[in-house]
Amino acid sequence: MPLDKPYKNVPGTTIFDAEQSRMGYWLNQFCMSLMKAENRERFKKDERAYLDEWPMTEDQKQAVLARDLNRCIQLGGNIYFLAKIGATDGKSFQQMAGSMTGMSEDEYRNMMIAGGRDPKWGRK
Amino acid sequence: MARITASVYTSHVPAIGAAMDLGKTAEPYWQKVFAGYEFSRQWMKDNKPDVVFLVFNDHATAFSLEMIPTFAIGTAAQYKVADEGWGPRPVPDVQGAPDLAAHIAQSVIQQDFDLTLVNKMDVDHGLTVPLSLLCGDAKEWPFQVIPFAVNVVQYPVPSGMRCFRLGQAIRKAIESYDEDLNVQIWGTGGMSHQLQGPRAGLINREWDNRFLDRLIDDPEGLAKVPHMEYVEEAGSEGIELVMWLIARGAMADVNGGAKPTVRHRFYHVPASNTAVGHLILENN
Repeated sequence: MPLDKPYKNVPGTTIFDAEQSRMGYWLNQFCMSLMKAENRERFKKDERAYLDEWPMTEDQKQAVLARDLNRCIQLGGNIYFLAKIGATDGKSFQQMAGSMTGMSEDEYRNMMIAGGRDPKWGRK
Repeated sequence: MARITASVYTSHVPAIGAAMDLGKTAEPYWQKVFAGYEFSRQWMKDNKPDVVFLVFNDHATAFSLEMIPTFAIGTAAQYKVADEGWGPRPVPDVQGAPDLAAHIAQSVIQQDFDLTLVNKMDVDHGLTVPLSLLCGDAKEWPFQVIPFAVNVVQYPVPSGMRCFRLGQAIRKAIESYDEDLNVQIWGTGGMSHQLQGPRAGLINREWDNRFLDRLIDDPEGLAKVPHMEYVEEAGSEGIELVMWLIARGAMADVNGGAKPTVRHRFYHVPASNTAVGHLILENN
């Protein structure tokens, strides 16, 4: 019997379950490697060469190079792991989160100051 | 005998730590957040515990995808501050309470909760930001800490009820320790926030405040709220709130004792991507 996964239907949201975790294993392990300053330097110096050291799929590598976090999440990335790419780039968590919404940085920041996104957003 | 004197609940937003580390606390944006902790910092000085049992979640720091324990108790004498990708926060290392931690581990496992024992780990903002919020800039933290990490990153994550019952088991464990120690239990994480995808930035003030009401008055009922409600109403990372139920389960009133006194309650939007919630309950 398949397990019940009601969280597949939450709008604009990917729940990081065991299935996503398997798919994103190497992508997320690559992100973990950025917790060492020397690895951050090596990545910044030649991103492609550093990514090629990891058995990630080409799609995953392209998504990282493009800093397309929504795509990274689709391919098994988890935001707590992906945050380390943003940290390496010198981005705040707010800039990273905002980058996935289709809003500009200012629009997103202003939405948060005005009380955040409506909880009914995207619901049918 | 060791005893639990109070529980403290707070968000652990990384940007709050960064605001302190970069000297931005007086800026209007951050001043509104820190104003909610002024009472608490004085209260901490007046009610200094010997040990804080600190429930938090690791954010892909100590635990990579190689291994993610559901519940992990730190039994080390010392914990270093992690480099989360922008260098370690400039705050003191954390001193553990290895004897008490080992006692709790044994007692709680014998009460049928499977804990992972961790003898070496670096601690991230999930643990250091609450310490900074409650203690301010410190040369060293004024008490020992037992870090207790809960998996809320990779599903399935533990239910609210399991967290609540675990809190009850932790209370028993602490109260069966012979040394005379003043112990506080802290539940951290949350409140409303979603850090991922097109829905990022979700905030639900009404739901958050009802959570705080029920945490005070009806914690056992609150423990029955299913995961999906947290995700739908408080955002995908709002699930961190289940950790507050561990601290609440360790209080006297849900173990046959008297109702706690609410010493402080604070709620504010926003800090970075999230709402900030904070509560101090004292046992009577």
